[in-house]
Amino acid sequence: MTTRYTKDHEYIRVEGDAGIVGISDYAQGQLGDVVFVELPSVGKTLSKGDEAAVVESVKAASEVYAPVSGEVVEVNSELESSPGTVNEDPAGRGWFMKIRLTDPSELDGLMTEEQYQEFVKSIS
Amino acid sequence: MAEPVHSDEPLLTTPLHAEHVALGARMVPFAGYDMPVQYPTGILTEHNWTREHAGLFDVSHMGQAALGGPDHETTARALEALIPADIVNLKPGQQRYSQLLDENGGILDDLMVTRPTTDEEKGYIYLVVNASMKEADYAHIQARLPQGVTLVRGDDRALLALQGPSAEGVLARLGSGAVNLSFMMSGWFEIAGLRCHVSRSGYTGEDGFEISVKSDDAVALWRALLADPDVKPIGLGARDSLRLEAGLCLYGHDIDPTTSPIEAGLTWSIQKRRREEGGFPGAARIQRELKEGPARVRVGIRPEGRAPAREGTVITTPDGREVGIVTSGGFGPTVNGPVAMGYVARDVSSVGTDLHLIVRGKPLPAKVAAMPFAPHRYKR
Repeated sequence: MTTRYTKDHEYIRVEGDAGIVGISDYAQGQLGDVVFVELPSVGKTLSKGDEAAVVESVKAASEVYAPVSGEVVEVNSELESSPGTVNEDPAGRGWFMKIRLTDPSELDGLMTEEQYQEFVKSIS
Repeated sequence: MAEPVHSDEPLLTTPLHAEHVALGARMVPFAGYDMPVQYPTGILTEHNWTREHAGLFDVSHMGQAALGGPDHETTARALEALIPADIVNLKPGQQRYSQLLDENGGILDDLMVTRPTTDEEKGYIYLVVNASMKEADYAHIQARLPQGVTLVRGDDRALLALQGPSAEGVLARLGSGAVNLSFMMSGWFEIAGLRCHVSRSGYTGEDGFEISVKSDDAVALWRALLADPDVKPIGLGARDSLRLEAGLCLYGHDIDPTTSPIEAGLTWSIQKRRREEGGFPGAARIQRELKEGPARVRVGIRPEGRAPAREGTVITTPDGREVGIVTSGGFGPTVNGPVAMGYVARDVSSVGTDLHLIVRGKPLPAKVAAMPFAPHRYKR
């Protein structure tokens, strides 16, 4: 199992040929209280960098981009009734979607946990 | 996730800036000031705390000023030439909400107008204007004052708002006579030994007080109020969600030079004498709109799902006719759902009318709703 991060603060936790996508703890802290999440439909094909979901805090709406290309195979519909889960447990129960990767080599362009923590330090 | 855009312009600060930073506030640029958007507990908690207890807001960025003249009537008439409210007949201590209007009856800013109470203040009228508009407002007013009436800036004063059902009890525990004020009345009172000009008003829909104090005393007042366990500091984020649920306009969003007070549903703020006599900028248009009704009106809107509709969202009828635009929208924590306000054509403005909101290209069903979304709880 490997976790990789984007510069836009999405994570993807890869197990086998699929990965769980969510937003980092830093991102949820920056957003503040999440009040609504719009998820893609299962079966949707995304290219890396596509708008994959929308997360709304009290103040504003933000896009969540696909960290890799692939097909959405599952979404966390629990977020529709409990969007605050994104704040409480972003790396766990607050996940957004599961993507089956088209090209696992795209992961090489993303940051490791260590690199991401360094990146967050550099911007905060 | 998209990053917010930051500007490199130097920001002004209020006398309470260091207090916000020490409390762990997230500071953001707002109207040229570095202001707290939220404290560590977050906007939802701050919003709910204000509705249930008492929230303390630093609104020192707002423009405090006074008009001074030989007597109340002279000063009041000078101001009445610029705004549509009845100021001549304000009782000592009484406060009114009004709007600076341009020649077309468009709103240049909205403001609070207060007649003071003491002999030393005879002939003075106090104003509070929006932070983002204060320089423009002062220039506009100054250029139009008659001989003998002058504008005095109150830049040496801070402004704090204490809002919520516990606000009265907090001031009572500090021994302040301000608790005897009724809604939209004001006067000079001691709070924690500091001389304050207090009005019973606010921008949350709750009972509460706005407290003007010398900048040098602002930190002492802030700390004295925060020492009460019923009081927590509240940032601009919750200030916005509270005023939206209360159905109150935000200048530059819900009202601006393209909107008239009648379109904006602010007819209540134009007293009968002024409606009949006119004598303010744009009076012809406003009297016409009062008689014939405006072409469009500001309404409350409740989206039917959970998705908020933000400012700028296009409003259509269910069959796709474009009829308006959202001017403020977001999530209402007290309502526990999305709320919005915006302008729509008059024929689709009655409460209960079905509308669509075009959010990210998709029509979301919504209904025209009565405002306020959360009931006002003023002490009249």
